[in-house]
Amino acid sequence: MTDLLVGAFRVWRRDMESWRRYYRASLVGALGEPILSLLAIGYGLGRFVTLGGVSYAEFLAPGILASAAMNAASFEATFGAYTRMAEQKTYDAILSTPIGVPELVAGDVLWAASKSLLSGTAVLAVATVAGLVRSPWALVLPAVSLLIGIVFGAMGMVVASRAKAYDVFTYYFTLVITVMYLFGGVFFPIESLPPWARLVAWTMPLTHAVAIVRACMAGTVDWTLVPHLAVLVVMILAAYLVAVRAVSRRLIV
Amino acid sequence: MSDTLPPIIEARGLRKRYGASEVVCGVDFHVAPGECFGLLGPNGAGKTTTIRMITCFSPPSAGELTVFGLPVTQHRTIKARLGLAPQEENLDPDLSVEMNLVIYASYFGIPRAEARARVRELLAFAALSEKAGARIATLSGGMKRRLILARALINRPELLVLDEPTTGLDPQARHLVWERLRDLKRRGVAMLLTTHYMEEAAQLCDRLVVMDHGRIVTEGAPDALVVRHVGHDVLEVVTDGNPLRRAQVAARVRPFGGTVEAFAGGVLVYSRNGADVPGMLGALAGERVVRRPATLEDVFLTLTGRELRE
Repeated sequence: MTDLLVGAFRVWRRDMESWRRYYRASLVGALGEPILSLLAIGYGLGRFVTLGGVSYAEFLAPGILASAAMNAASFEATFGAYTRMAEQKTYDAILSTPIGVPELVAGDVLWAASKSLLSGTAVLAVATVAGLVRSPWALVLPAVSLLIGIVFGAMGMVVASRAKAYDVFTYYFTLVITVMYLFGGVFFPIESLPPWARLVAWTMPLTHAVAIVRACMAGTVDWTLVPHLAVLVVMILAAYLVAVRAVSRRLIV
Repeated sequence: MSDTLPPIIEARGLRKRYGASEVVCGVDFHVAPGECFGLLGPNGAGKTTTIRMITCFSPPSAGELTVFGLPVTQHRTIKARLGLAPQEENLDPDLSVEMNLVIYASYFGIPRAEARARVRELLAFAALSEKAGARIATLSGGMKRRLILARALINRPELLVLDEPTTGLDPQARHLVWERLRDLKRRGVAMLLTTHYMEEAAQLCDRLVVMDHGRIVTEGAPDALVVRHVGHDVLEVVTDGNPLRRAQVAARVRPFGGTVEAFAGGVLVYSRNGADVPGMLGALAGERVVRRPATLEDVFLTLTGRELRE
């Protein structure tokens, strides 16, 4: 376990070092989009809507935070990881050292999650300034952003490790990520969905992530969050193991 | 070489199969400490696959393969002591020349301060000190090859594996790489080298094998292989591709007992010992003849044929 974390940290540091070259453009993309969505939809649309007694902006903020974390990690773990694996052959270079596939995948997942940490924290800062945060539980949200990033980083790696070309990611983003974004409780409570659709919604990791973030912002944290956390942890373990296997099969042949 | 020390690499009955096709079909060889060992063969001979098995990128399908006396399943321990300069350029385009080495050193757990010192030393060794801050995209092909070589040395490896280290380089760049490899050899680093350049193999290798279709077709020191397979001198008789003239020329030199081989533009006559050359030249009076010493390239073409491999 220690070896895994030490190796993963070394890979993470490589990603961090290379990011320093283009971080400005990357920050604008990662932070600009969620913050603009929050302002435009929350305040623009929100003036016409209230939900269960809270303003729409207050309802929307946790969803924007969770989906910003989802997007940041998903992009990094698909396009970014695939580029290193298939185009730049960075993975081959790393694997000719004592770093093995488990550390390599863990390092890249953690890197993807670091971007979620950044995006999630930025949204939190804006939401705090806008007076949308009701509870000191919000202080755990950077950590929650990291957790969400690990979930979607590991899922993205599963897709990247099986991809033959970049266009596969279009399917993933349209059919998986966008579906979660639209139906995972970001824009409206999933209780308003028909029962069968509600069941489907609960199979999506973003739905659980949004539930956790919303409870932290509103101050309604209690034991009912444990199942949501458990789902995320199980998804991380499953996706990580599948990704390690797929990367091994791809590169160690 | 010292046969008393255990070998750095030992392969016995080594095989690699992909589905129905076997690309390495039972090879046996060893590399002694401090030795430079060449792996030669046309495209598709199984050289790169053999290298991938040795560097733990490809599990063998059958046979035994040890590196530093360890089975290749112990990949972390092996890779900590091994340097790999792959055929395909895989430098990190997001990092500068210097950071490529610093980050690579971190994968081996080399502390930052120590890494910085080694990087300075290796950049000087690779004649890249001036380029420390440059981006990879701005380097020439020769500079990239040298950087890959420097990177392979960051962990002070006991074995350096070089897959076509000078392919695509101009003669100046190639000679610089050779000089560096000879330096390393003097320091006792064992080397495993694949190349398509016979001169490179003749210059650097103590011993080599020629592979074809996944099998080893010959093994020995470069000079000994030339003597064993083609002899001493080669006479190239140019007949402008006329098959009748080719047959006539062949008939005239055949009595001297050397090997006679037709190629598109004429006839090659291999002299076993050099003493029969004057007689052959006499028999070929009036023909356009070039006399030259036999080389490893003659061995290679004799053993693997002249057909194109793609």
